[in-house]
Amino acid sequence: MSTDALWYLARGSGVVSLILFTVVVALGIGTRSGRGFAGMNRLAVASVHRAASLLALVFLVIHVSTLLFDPYAQLGLVDVVVPFGSGHRPFWVGLGTLALDLALAVAITSLLRERIGLRAWRAVHWLAYAMWPIALAHGIGSGSDRSTGWMLAIDALCVLTVLAVAVSTHPAFRDTETPSTTPQLVTTRGEQR
Amino acid sequence: MSRPLIIDWTACEGRGLCADLLPELIGQDKWGYPQSRSGRTVLVPPELERPARKAVHLCPRLALRLEADAKTRVTG
Ligand code: HEM
Ligand code: SF4
Repeated sequence: MSTDALWYLARGSGVVSLILFTVVVALGIGTRSGRGFAGMNRLAVASVHRAASLLALVFLVIHVSTLLFDPYAQLGLVDVVVPFGSGHRPFWVGLGTLALDLALAVAITSLLRERIGLRAWRAVHWLAYAMWPIALAHGIGSGSDRSTGWMLAIDALCVLTVLAVAVSTHPAFRDTETPSTTPQLVTTRGEQR
Repeated sequence: MSRPLIIDWTACEGRGLCADLLPELIGQDKWGYPQSRSGRTVLVPPELERPARKAVHLCPRLALRLEADAKTRVTG
């Protein structure tokens, strides 16, 4: 493969990965309402959240492995795991490394959820809220496309998507007909002992 | 043959995902909490074991447990 093709693949997979992670985070936030979301029932939201996150990781792996072979990025194997040491734009590339580490931590603990328990899983899963803005910043700061209009438009759309979901599913905006939080007094059901 | 699906009521937040997966066995009360269709412990027949396992994996609160079937279960 020519280095140009590699470069396009690296950029393209990075952008696709960011879009997918945006969808994953939006669904993660949307699912907290405890109801369906965007026309999907709970089951669909949970399944798509999971599947899209694994797909996003696949694109992330493509993104990083193509960059390993890109002569301009000057990325070493260590830079993939340890942030802020790369020769090329160390800070912005380092943010990408950090996002990768966090994404892996979030995904791996999710797949081992039953083994590690709810508390530990939740604690790690919250890192997703750090991971996504870091990935976004990484794209803006280190991408070769950063100054192009279409890339800025994609970034803006990602931010708007997550904000829109966060606001629209927030309990404060919920109609009062449906319970907003866990009812405290409904544990006395007669059935199912 | 059927395996009991146990719901941990202290963990369950009534997210309704299990009802989406096992509509044959589980309905929802008006707060969204799962409700056994039989009125007793949810018993999962072999043909529904796949969706039942999926519910156990996907329950956001890890509130579901699929037990060994009544015959092989050690009681005590
Ligand atoms: C690296 C990829 C992932 C990201 C960025 C991500 C992001 C998120 C976010 C932002 C939330 C909302 C958290 C909250 O405020 O409570 C969430 C919730 C959740 N995620 Fe993920 N997630 C990822 C992978 C996964 C995977 C692989 C699973 C597989 C089981 C999973 C299962 C869940 C569940 C069960 C919830 C909680 C739903 C609830 O509380 O009702 N996530 N995720
Ligand atoms: S999926 Fe889990 S939290 Fe949701 S209703 Fe069923 S048992 Fe409760």
